[in-house]
Amino acid sequence: MKRWLFAAALLVLAGYLLGGSAWLRPFGGPIRSEMDRYFIENAQAEVAANNVVTAIVFDYRGYDTLGEATVLFAAVVGVVLMLRKVKG
Amino acid sequence: MSVVVRTVSRVVAPVALAFGAYVIMHGHLTPGGGFQGGAVVASVVALLVVAFGAERWRKWTHALLPLEDVGAMAFVILAFLGLGATFFRNVLAGSGGLFGAPVPRLGPNPGALNTAGTLPLMNWAVGLKVIAGLGAVVILLSLFGREDG
Repeated sequence: MKRWLFAAALLVLAGYLLGGSAWLRPFGGPIRSEMDRYFIENAQAEVAANNVVTAIVFDYRGYDTLGEATVLFAAVVGVVLMLRKVKG
Repeated sequence: MSVVVRTVSRVVAPVALAFGAYVIMHGHLTPGGGFQGGAVVASVVALLVVAFGAERWRKWTHALLPLEDVGAMAFVILAFLGLGATFFRNVLAGSGGLFGAPVPRLGPNPGALNTAGTLPLMNWAVGLKVIAGLGAVVILLSLFGREDG
């Protein structure tokens, strides 16, 4: 019973993923470029930065960078926990 | 390692350190930023560990691990600075003060360091975090498996 439930859930998930990949736009065709254009045209005025990539990474999508920093922190904590010196 | 490796790394290490500092400090002008420059500096740590042995760098981890927390805290505090509007709001951009100069016209890297608001400060915070974190990880992993580990 449990195994059948698991298989059904897996099939549903696979169906979603395959359907999603079928809905992707064709490779190499930037059809929806409104957001790109917004960043390129307004980054200098809004963030006052010439480097649009840094403007996106640290301003528009700061949460993403916060997540990256959290991942690095977790990795360092894991390594230190695994390799620390234990008495006895 | 041999005397050749040690001599070459004595020459290369300061240059690579300067390059990493450049990548971090110019993160809001040129390609790169805190993560990339921090990785460059951490590779200097790896070079020194390979050239001079890991044992003499063990005590550095006690200094590097708190520094990583300092970087993370600075990053989050800089994000909280903009809480008057939203989290991660760039409050210093265009304010005329620190890093608040108006940005010059687009061109081949005008190189105005005093722009971009909180972006350079966040680059420094993330750079400090990556330097300390990756450096400590490199040192600890190279010490792993020794008798006195």
